[in-house]
Amino acid sequence: MDEFRILSTTAILGYGFPVSSFEAGIARNPHLIAVDAGSTDPGPYYLGAGVSFTDRDAVKRDLELMLLAGVPRKIPIVIGTAGGSGGDSHLAWNREIIEEIAREQRLSFKMAVIHAELPRELVAQALEDGKVSPLPPGEQLKKEHLQETVSIVAQMGIEPIIKALDAGAQVVLAGRCYDPAVFAAPAVRAGFDKGLAIHLGKILECASIAATPGSGSDCMFGYLRADHFDVEPLNPIRKCTTLSVAAHTLYEKTDPYILPGPGGHLDLRETRFAQLTDSITRVSGSRYVKAPYTIKMEGARRIGYRTVTIAGARDPILLEHIDEIIQGVTERVADNFRDRGFTYKLLFTIYGRDGVMGSLEPVRKVGGHEIGIVIEAVSDTQAHADTICAAARSTMLHYGYTGRRATAGNLAFPYSPSDFHAGEVYVFSVYHLLSVDDPCAHFPCEMVQL
Amino acid sequence: MKKSITELTNIIRSKNSGPYELTMDLMFNSKENYEFVSRNRIINEDLICRLYRIPRENIVGIVHFEPAHAIKVTIVRPICSGDLGETDVYGAQQHAPLLDILVDMPD
Repeated sequence: MDEFRILSTTAILGYGFPVSSFEAGIARNPHLIAVDAGSTDPGPYYLGAGVSFTDRDAVKRDLELMLLAGVPRKIPIVIGTAGGSGGDSHLAWNREIIEEIAREQRLSFKMAVIHAELPRELVAQALEDGKVSPLPPGEQLKKEHLQETVSIVAQMGIEPIIKALDAGAQVVLAGRCYDPAVFAAPAVRAGFDKGLAIHLGKILECASIAATPGSGSDCMFGYLRADHFDVEPLNPIRKCTTLSVAAHTLYEKTDPYILPGPGGHLDLRETRFAQLTDSITRVSGSRYVKAPYTIKMEGARRIGYRTVTIAGARDPILLEHIDEIIQGVTERVADNFRDRGFTYKLLFTIYGRDGVMGSLEPVRKVGGHEIGIVIEAVSDTQAHADTICAAARSTMLHYGYTGRRATAGNLAFPYSPSDFHAGEVYVFSVYHLLSVDDPCAHFPCEMVQL
Repeated sequence: MKKSITELTNIIRSKNSGPYELTMDLMFNSKENYEFVSRNRIINEDLICRLYRIPRENIVGIVHFEPAHAIKVTIVRPICSGDLGETDVYGAQQHAPLLDILVDMPD
């Protein structure tokens, strides 16, 4: 085989793609249809709560097109980071959608379901054995944080996917996965260079984001050969230029030259980008450098429940005294519930001042004529969060600040009710590397006949 | 002549690089503009410390990437993405102070 062709459907499964782009990809006879289904970008909640940040109907729509085209043509279909976070509940959610499509469309195929959730005890033991290391600027994992962690996943490399394909899977549904692995694994299995395969995977995992104009909801096509690869957008309005493709290697990365992953890193210091045609860019020189095998773990722990109030203020005297008001309200609320022993955090975010950038904001004053205020209470139960939020809201509404003229109320509420439940609050508690001897050891695979 | 950085670039953006870091990309609109800003070290640690009110040790790196005519600045997030008090989960709106940079260009 001297060319391995890959169709990447969309940046994240469920973000959609035009049928015309997809058909153009199928017409190029791909050896693989693959898609990345997740990200940690939406924050720790989705991993902790075990729900997807993508919509079920949208995910089903994308998968239906992929399965209907791929299964009858015997093109392998590989999906990584199922359900957005790749934990067991996310995997089950995505698996159920595929089973539903298979039933409705009378499709029959062998599917590998690869798990990526790690038992807490396993991580605790690894921590004890010195196999867990932090990713700076993060700190070493704390035992007590691990105890409170509800869900831990690890990013698999290409090896568990290769193993599943070797076992005869036509569809591979993988839990948490190193993003490029779903594209690179079948190509490496077919004998292609790992450095080029992973670099191509890095570009394809975001689909058309590497084209210009970029899009997270359009297909991209890759041609991998012995010493280079080509990337081509499948929508005539887009082009892959040397600049757009090179620029993509910067995206969400700290160092664009050295990109670490499971079992080694990608070295792009010798990478060359060349314009092959008007819309196709050729990439060569990317190398894979082996290192002791580590996998990245992600975990979330619940720190409580959140209630929020949204309000605005327009009074220029109030705007001038906003810090005094926040301080006064914070003290009043603390005093009011002193003997209740509540554990809570009460936070005020002031839009129009530093609501977006917080401590990084260089402009340290209110510049406009109005502000937006988000009052946020987080406590150990939803009821306690409600109590604190309501107290802060009513106190702020009638707080008598210096120079006040408007004695009827300080806040403009856009809604009734003014307070909202934001539910469970999670934070990242594990973002660490785990040393492993066997890259497949922590990723058990189930074979299912549909 | 002082020129706004927006005249010299096509893209100025910010995003998470993992939950602990923010990474900012400035992509220049020509090889010449990239080379001028890069060669003269106009995007330097002092400037970033001043624009973001952070100590030097919170700068993870400033990388010049010729293939994309880009300069990348990565800093430590003051609060981890999604933690209490954090206000930009994706880190997508932290680039704004960079838009105020003025570059002294030869006439």
